[in-house]
Amino acid sequence: MAQKLDRLKESPSQTAGPYVHIGLTPNFADIGGVYPDDLGAAMVGDKTKGERITVKMRVIDGAGTPLKDALIEIWQADAAGLYNSPAERRGAADPHFTGWGRRATDMVSGECVFETIKPGRVPFNDGRPMAPHLTVWIVARGINIGLHTRMYFGDEEAANAEDPVLARIEHKVRVPTLIAQRSGDTYVFDIQLQGDDETVFFDI
Amino acid sequence: MSNIGAPNRPPEAGAFFQRDRDWHPPAFTPGYKTSVLRSPRRALLSLNSTISEITGPVFGHDMLGELDDDMIVNFAKPGESAIGPRIMVYGRVLDERGIGVPGVLIEVWQANAGGRYRHKKESYLAPLDPNFGGCGRTISGDDGSYCFRTIQPGPYPWPNGPNDWRPAHIHFSVFGHGFGQRLITQMYFEGDPMIWKCPIVKTINDPQAIEQLTAALDMQATLPMDMRAYKFDIVLRGRRSTMFENRREGN
Ligand SMILES: [Fe+2]
Repeated sequence: MAQKLDRLKESPSQTAGPYVHIGLTPNFADIGGVYPDDLGAAMVGDKTKGERITVKMRVIDGAGTPLKDALIEIWQADAAGLYNSPAERRGAADPHFTGWGRRATDMVSGECVFETIKPGRVPFNDGRPMAPHLTVWIVARGINIGLHTRMYFGDEEAANAEDPVLARIEHKVRVPTLIAQRSGDTYVFDIQLQGDDETVFFDI
Repeated sequence: MSNIGAPNRPPEAGAFFQRDRDWHPPAFTPGYKTSVLRSPRRALLSLNSTISEITGPVFGHDMLGELDDDMIVNFAKPGESAIGPRIMVYGRVLDERGIGVPGVLIEVWQANAGGRYRHKKESYLAPLDPNFGGCGRTISGDDGSYCFRTIQPGPYPWPNGPNDWRPAHIHFSVFGHGFGQRLITQMYFEGDPMIWKCPIVKTINDPQAIEQLTAALDMQATLPMDMRAYKFDIVLRGRRSTMFENRREGN
């Protein structure tokens, strides 16, 4: 017999269910007066550095219907490519940008909108630069464990072409599922849960 | 800013342990019908954590309101309180190495004592409690410990099979130090016979994993003549300590 590793097991996930808004965006759910604001509602302020952008996201089920009860969180670097996090060891990020946003999808349209800035590039584990991206996490009724994916930017073709994570996608036809197309200052990102255009999700 | 990690030690920046996907529920679980059209069907792309998942935002204790961790009164009119069995839920947030995780944002939500949620899309015939909102939050202390007060939620029926009921449960959102640790789960109550009948519980294959989500009644921590206590420890992904330590910065 060998020694025991004495590791614990991660708490197993359970679905966020249909009423995730009560806990995570109570003001959106008309539960007023408990918290002053919904966390993650405002990402940018007057002093935030970087190019202002709007990101519109939807989550679409296997029947082509947008989810009206999903919740999406994004996490991103600042304009200089630094994360506002204690684990960021390369320098101090913009103090006026947390990098984290949370939105419920609209109960009628299924769309949610993030007002943020375009992130800079951050390094992959071997030091090569990754293309600018948002890290995206999706929960909803019917989703048993939160889904991790990324949103890349359609106007960053050169950076996307050398991105080490996109390069790991074996079927190149699936790469565009992670790339949001730009129109003016707005990027549109549809996350497909199933089907021919199923978004690439990560175990990361 | 809360204190992250032990004093005099830099914050950890290692990659996370891989998730045990056999311990978590799979995406496609036909017994829980909504998962059928909402489950990715292709294999996940497995990658070691990058800096984008290793990092995460910090939530400081100063953002918390005085009553955020007390659902008995945080929606109630002054001098009134929510109806239902008064309980406290306490425990620690640990990682897979058994280390307490400080500064973890814990957000909870639940139905009232009759099994009714305060939500515009909810239509169960049990009445709303005018003094119960159903949301609370707290941040773990230096040793990973946390505590909140609430009323025990009721079971409720839901449209899935013709007669499916949820066991009494509290939803937990847990935000550790890295975005890759992000977790949502549910807490069940020791001894509830509804646990083992629930299609959502049964998305988890291993009975021991279900027991990990079942809080224990703790009569030692109970406040006599006031409220009972349930202990619920939460475990987040552990992280390797060597990823950056073994190589020079920028390599
Ligand atoms: Fe629930």
